[in-house]
Amino acid sequence: MMKAGTKLERTLRAGQFALTVEVGPPRGPDPEDVIRKARQLKGVADGYNVTDNQTAVVRMSSIAGAKLLHDAGCEPIMQMTCRDRNRIALQSDLLGAWAMGMRNCLCLSGDHQKAGASGKLKGHPGAKNVFDVDSIQLISILKEMRDSGVLESGDSISQATPFFIGAVWTPLAPPEEFRILRLAKKIEAGADFIQTQAVFDMKRFATSVKAAADKGLTDRAAILVGIIVPKSARMLEYMNANVPGVEVPEALIKRMAAAKDQRQEGYQITVELIQAARNIPGLKGVHLQAIESEEVLPEIIKSAGLLPRPQV
Amino acid sequence: MIIAEWKPLPELVEVLKGHTNVLVAGCATCVAECAAGGEREVETLAPLLTMALKKEGRSINVRTKTLERQCEWEFVEELAAVVPKVDAIVSLACGIGIQAVAERFPDVAVYPGVNTTALAIRQEPGLWIARCAACGDCVLGETFGFCPVARCAKSLSNGPCGGTRKNGKCEIDENLDCVWYQIFERAKARGKVEQLLKVRKPKNWSNSGHGGPKRMVREDLRP
Repeated sequence: MMKAGTKLERTLRAGQFALTVEVGPPRGPDPEDVIRKARQLKGVADGYNVTDNQTAVVRMSSIAGAKLLHDAGCEPIMQMTCRDRNRIALQSDLLGAWAMGMRNCLCLSGDHQKAGASGKLKGHPGAKNVFDVDSIQLISILKEMRDSGVLESGDSISQATPFFIGAVWTPLAPPEEFRILRLAKKIEAGADFIQTQAVFDMKRFATSVKAAADKGLTDRAAILVGIIVPKSARMLEYMNANVPGVEVPEALIKRMAAAKDQRQEGYQITVELIQAARNIPGLKGVHLQAIESEEVLPEIIKSAGLLPRPQV
Repeated sequence: MIIAEWKPLPELVEVLKGHTNVLVAGCATCVAECAAGGEREVETLAPLLTMALKKEGRSINVRTKTLERQCEWEFVEELAAVVPKVDAIVSLACGIGIQAVAERFPDVAVYPGVNTTALAIRQEPGLWIARCAACGDCVLGETFGFCPVARCAKSLSNGPCGGTRKNGKCEIDENLDCVWYQIFERAKARGKVEQLLKVRKPKNWSNSGHGGPKRMVREDLRP
């Protein structure tokens, strides 16, 4: 039985290799910034992640960004973190988001307020965080609201809110042995689909997927591998050194550094990663991120042979 | 213990504007243990304040007194003799002690000389680390003796976020241990990893400050 009936859910149900992309909301109030991205990306993906103040920098809210995408014909995957809202605000926003047509929601703990755009912006390191619930508890809350029409308090709502529920998996973050168990907890709590932290070594990632498959997890939730379009060797080096859970093979950094046109090489690497991902048994799709340069995505997706998207 | 750290001297100099007789009051308990407000720190701060104010051309008479505990009325009473002689008190006790002094002597200006920061342990000489958040709903029995409320930057209940560094430290501070990394290692060593697989429900925060200022009553001890 369909849980929320979203394009992403229908694509996965149909056994098609799914594709989602990330759309970062602007650091400003102009709806056109989102609508322009929607025009560029319409039809190239089965779902469009809208981030929730990632790296703890103030941006247009994920709900508003998701609504703008929705109206522009791109089905959003609204991201929701636990950093800024308690269970009252989270549930209230879920009701509001559902009322406005959102049907996919990805649950995350959220970057700590000290993250501040990795030092590129001031951010709000002096902010008070909330973390009333954690990402796994948020997943349970969505599941209860959907399956029982009941809030965390136990109080009923006037009708259930069917969301297709997402969660994140960072297979390579320490303690690595625990990561697969944490994935299992997220699925136990109610996650329907999983998007992973960025992967640059598909061979190694395939062993993580195999471990998930051996626990029956790939049958219980659809795993989509996260791929970030690399822009330069420096970016790869930075991520390898500074982003927990992201490991970039030395050979890939060297290849990028040796390339005449690093941007073009980055697109080629992305296409190769997507193709490698398609051959991993049990993997159900890819989640593509081209940070602050979403316009490059349609060409990459086309080159990877993933266009047109299946009509389901 | 409750830990605290000195407020910057210029901040104290600023608030003491207009005062001429000041008492610096210490506490020989927690803040002495964390080297912020014991007798030694009181006797160090007093001449520093005098000098700093003198530099600005202000003359000030600073007295000192360190109580056994600033958070108990019997000890606070020991200030009764000196308070009439001063027009301001700088307390180096934790926020509890500062308020006890302010409550007992409502006619005198009381200024905090420290910022109270955490419930912590002295891990090594010169290093204190938070241990307890006074959340009112202790989970230490399920987390192998490590508190995820006080020691995880996000107070997570169900395991580590994706921000654990390769060396087991937290992404927000390269010197801070990821407590969930520690919990997992301990669980593994004890052969009890399965204890961490349960999905823990949202926590009830109402028995802490989130439920309104805590008021604990023990009827058997009431007068």
